[in-house]
Amino acid sequence: MALDEATPGTSTGTAVAEPEVVHDRPWVTLVWDDPVNLMNYVAYVFQKIFGYSEEKSKALMMQVHTEGKAVVSSGDRAKIEADVRKLHAAGLWATMQHDS
Amino acid sequence: MRTWRRTGSGDEVRICSNLETYECQLLASMVESITELLSERADTAPRDALSELTGIATGHSRAPDDVTLGRLLPDFHRPDQEPELVAGPIASDLNGGLRSVNEPHIIDAKLAAARVVLETLPSGGGDVALTESQADGWLTALTDIRLALGAMLGITDEPSKLPPDHPHAAHQDIYDWLAVVQGLLVEALMANEWTQPDEGLPDEGVQGEWGQDGW
Repeated sequence: MALDEATPGTSTGTAVAEPEVVHDRPWVTLVWDDPVNLMNYVAYVFQKIFGYSEEKSKALMMQVHTEGKAVVSSGDRAKIEADVRKLHAAGLWATMQHDS
Repeated sequence: MRTWRRTGSGDEVRICSNLETYECQLLASMVESITELLSERADTAPRDALSELTGIATGHSRAPDDVTLGRLLPDFHRPDQEPELVAGPIASDLNGGLRSVNEPHIIDAKLAAARVVLETLPSGGGDVALTESQADGWLTALTDIRLALGAMLGITDEPSKLPPDHPHAAHQDIYDWLAVVQGLLVEALMANEWTQPDEGLPDEGVQGEWGQDGW
């Protein structure tokens, strides 16, 4: 599995706001803004699935809402695949991609 | 319906409300529609000898053509976000593989949530008392209904109110009602035992932005 370190600067402003998110791993989970899901529900799902604090969950939700997307977790492919599966089960629009 | 209120503590926590008969019928009918949609998707998944042998379910490898189902079961990967992968089959194989492995589990989770709602709805209307786990099932099922309705109504970020004579106006009213039911349920779940006493004013912390008007 090739890492993406050879392509710095190709991102057009990938959201990276939470200092707790680890960036030296190959995969990240992104949650995208959608017009249907309620803000408090999105924050609740982050708390429930990731065990994040209420404060962190709300900050990530606000980032999704204002910037259109947020990185909500990172890790190896199996972990991120499971994270996306749980988020889809909860009805959030999530995708996985290589960390940039 | 009344708002959701939290009672009890520890294992005895219940999230309670009261629903009118027609509200229960409406919810049951919508949950059944989603169940039907998802079951049909699951039933049309390819069967292969390997899956039969191992018992490991294999799902569709292609995204649904239907917009509604597509929103319930989105792709795992957006090739447009990784330009270096766009060039051809890698990205589509990635999505196909991820989908066929994971979609059966996602459908199962959504169907389980739908069953929770159908099992806990008082069929003739009346009191609803949910454990936190059941309430989570309700949140999932309510989300799926709202996603489906949102896709059908073409809901966007722009707040819009249809004129009353618009053919979709009644559907949008239901969509808006579900948002209130769900928003209040989230608030009741997030209000922990320390911030919401069992006695006294039960609805403190559950009012706020939603208000209590109209239903």
